[in-house]
Amino acid sequence: MTKTLTHLQRLEAESIHIMREVVAEAEKPVMLYSIGKDSAVMLHLAKKAFYPSPPPFPLLHVDTTWKFRAMYELREKSARDAGMDLLVYHNPEAKERGINPFDHGPLHTDMWKTEGLKQALDKYGFDAAFGGARRDEEKSRAKERIFSFRTATHGWDPKNQRPELWNLYNARKKKGESIRVFPISNWTELDIWQYIHLENIEIVPLYYSAKRPTVERDGMLLMVDDDRFPLKPGETPVERSIRFRTLGCYPLTGAVESEAATLPEIIQEMLLTTTSERQGRAIDRDAGDASMEKKKQEGYF
Amino acid sequence: MADQRTQDPVYKTEALIAEDIDAYLDRHQHKTMLRFITCGSVDDGKSTLIGRLLYDSKMIFEDQLAALENDSKKVGTQGQEIDFALLVDGLAAEREQGITIDVAYRFFSTEKRKFIVADCPGHEQYTRNMVTGASTADLAVILIDARKGVLVQTRRHSFLCHQLGIRNIVLAVNKMDLIDYDQRKYDAIVEDYRKFAAEIGIESFVPMPISGFKGDNITSNSANTPWYDGTPLVEHLEGVEINAAHDLDKPFRMSVQWVNRPNLDFRGFSGLISTGSIKPGDAIRVLPSGKTSTVKSIVTFDGELDEAQAGQSVTICLADEIDCSRGDVIAAADNPPEVADQFEATIVWMDDEALHVGRGYWLKLAAQTVSATVAEPKYEINVNDPAGVGSHLAAKTLELNSIGVAEVTTDRPITFEPYADNRTLGGFILVDKITNRTVGAGMLHFSLRRAQNVHWQPTTITREQHANIKNQKPLVLWFTGLSGSGKSTIANEVEQGLARMNRHTFLLDGDNIRHGLNKDLGFTEADRIENVRRIGEVAKLMADAGLIVLTAFISPFRAERQMVRDMVPEGEFVEIFVDTPLEVAEKRDVKGLYKKAREGKLKNFTGIDSPYEAPERPDITVNTVQMTPSEAADYIIRQIIGRI
Repeated sequence: MTKTLTHLQRLEAESIHIMREVVAEAEKPVMLYSIGKDSAVMLHLAKKAFYPSPPPFPLLHVDTTWKFRAMYELREKSARDAGMDLLVYHNPEAKERGINPFDHGPLHTDMWKTEGLKQALDKYGFDAAFGGARRDEEKSRAKERIFSFRTATHGWDPKNQRPELWNLYNARKKKGESIRVFPISNWTELDIWQYIHLENIEIVPLYYSAKRPTVERDGMLLMVDDDRFPLKPGETPVERSIRFRTLGCYPLTGAVESEAATLPEIIQEMLLTTTSERQGRAIDRDAGDASMEKKKQEGYF
Repeated sequence: MADQRTQDPVYKTEALIAEDIDAYLDRHQHKTMLRFITCGSVDDGKSTLIGRLLYDSKMIFEDQLAALENDSKKVGTQGQEIDFALLVDGLAAEREQGITIDVAYRFFSTEKRKFIVADCPGHEQYTRNMVTGASTADLAVILIDARKGVLVQTRRHSFLCHQLGIRNIVLAVNKMDLIDYDQRKYDAIVEDYRKFAAEIGIESFVPMPISGFKGDNITSNSANTPWYDGTPLVEHLEGVEINAAHDLDKPFRMSVQWVNRPNLDFRGFSGLISTGSIKPGDAIRVLPSGKTSTVKSIVTFDGELDEAQAGQSVTICLADEIDCSRGDVIAAADNPPEVADQFEATIVWMDDEALHVGRGYWLKLAAQTVSATVAEPKYEINVNDPAGVGSHLAAKTLELNSIGVAEVTTDRPITFEPYADNRTLGGFILVDKITNRTVGAGMLHFSLRRAQNVHWQPTTITREQHANIKNQKPLVLWFTGLSGSGKSTIANEVEQGLARMNRHTFLLDGDNIRHGLNKDLGFTEADRIENVRRIGEVAKLMADAGLIVLTAFISPFRAERQMVRDMVPEGEFVEIFVDTPLEVAEKRDVKGLYKKAREGKLKNFTGIDSPYEAPERPDITVNTVQMTPSEAADYIIRQIIGRI
């Protein structure tokens, strides 16, 4: 008995198709794993794409050392459960100079993430890297290809991207050049949450509401995740019922006050909310309107 | 600022979400998906319409809205009202120019469906983007500015959508508010379009009067157009049949993307089913080999399936151990697709560098990648000249954004179906072998000859035996360089040297070949490509016979030298660059040709009015300014002596 596939079934089949194309055509693929909900979905899809084989590539986490503790815990577990190698990369220069989000502002993201990613890809010689970016996240991503071509210096040139017709992807490249592949390009935030719910995918507990120590700064609620958080005079952490809509470096990620402690409640809150997902992230704001586009040209994912 | 959001039943889900999230999730989980494309001219209000659809379906959040209101005042073109277009105009550079230049994908959903919108720019030089957006679409919304009526752009976009196989076309006559919702004007536009549509073979379309800016007939029927008795746009999009529904009724086909082999006990074939359905026990045939077997199991992460259907990604295990690898197609045993190596196809050219007739390109169709050449187009289809979109023009090649019909020949048989029957097995891209750019896209019509009719004659004496008898290994020494660089002289010296070492050789020289085998060829680019191709084939046959072949031809294009390299077994092609600066070669001018070319008496002369693409990584380089011909010959022999 056949029936019309649902949108989630079609999105799943498309993502799996993309991952298999990359494995068939690239020499040395890797999956960039950021431990967030999009990464969790991407990893789950990879397990499906190659079952009963484990996904035939490693996971790479370009770490900043400033992620939430709960993220590090899930990172190890997820890789183990999937039967995949986990590579963790720290930019040695950022480490040496003690780059951190409190003292260095945008330089923190630039050195740990943008530079760190380029260094890690060069170090291991990966020629294709899966990323969990979605087209609905931000305006400049709406035009991003599924196979996004990068020069040998990791540059992204919006004028020099290959047309993508049907589900045919041109993965050919010269030595040193690479592609970033976004298998969940066509998923929306709602699709991601719905799929996590349907498939019972494990995500970082920080997405669920709980009482956590927080301080309020510049209109953002920050969680005091460890003792590296420098409290200003007069600042004392306050227990609030909070959760996170996106996860990054804890000093840069704003929480929302919430009572949503289950997936349906999270989805409910998301659907009724009036602010967009990226609003909790400081990264989009630091260079005005076109900041994400600029970051992409510099090599940020 | 007053909320301009249209209040309407299709989006009234907030109450349900608030009261019963589980019921809402259950409903959302059963949505289907429709992909559509919007096309129109620059100011037809396309971005405004898409912005409106996103806004009405609550895909815009307050923070984005606040930024939007800000922007609307700053750069908007709609006065104090919200400029929806700013929501969707993407990259910074485009925003400054006020045009969109690339396909953008947007998402929104209603109670019944999730929608993916390919937002295609209206500028005429961007046919390429439109074709890209149309390739995955189930439906096209063709926008017309009610004040302007059917424009050349309208015709062009409709024609392209039709070529790409889109059967559902909505003619959205936009900006009705600006013509006071005048039914007479609307009817005239629809009538005008109907005539054109019939001319190019569009069987049916659905017209509707709308205003993206004011929201008329978008989510509900507008009080401003009481005379319109059709459905509003969103309702139409929710109800229209998607392509996947048609794919289910077709015979089973799945392209093998990847062979899944975790251990010796498991061998599965992974792919996305393009048409039909399959059950364990079904008889299948693997193409192009034609071998048959039955399906043992359909394996997925979520357990084995009793049945799988078009649109699903699965892994199929077969009952028999038969050869099957990436690129092969698993199909219904009693109704398999065709296998062929020569086709007629419609080709859309997408690169700044025009099509080189006869040059080898990579052709990718489903999971098959082969080398292919395109013949001189039978005709180009006019999409650019306002007079007669869709009419045929004579053409020698295809330039950027032009479309034509031509013969395509592949170097080995591929499994295919006509594009009209199967987009997956009928749509292909062409990739430049040197730059790796995607330069063209095509749609196969039919095969011109079945590959089965041309058998490769197996010979008993193998190429190894031919070579062993001569006590040597075959090699192709390919000399390339400008006219007068010394190719023939050096090749001659190398051949003499090899002969003294008892090697069996043969020298193919440019001028001599042009007196015989290639005397029908001139010096146009297409002829030059064909010239090299024939020489390559002859060199290959001679190498098969065990000979060491030397060739001395200008062979100016990298792509053709690469083509010959790909013809012979790996390691048997040695590219020798006879490096002589143009000034030196011109000064020598042994045959007096440069003088003639400079005087304009000789056209298409390499180095003067036809380019020479020097090798990027030649196997051997000899510099004739620093070396005499015999020094160069000795040097070459020393480089290859270990390999023959």
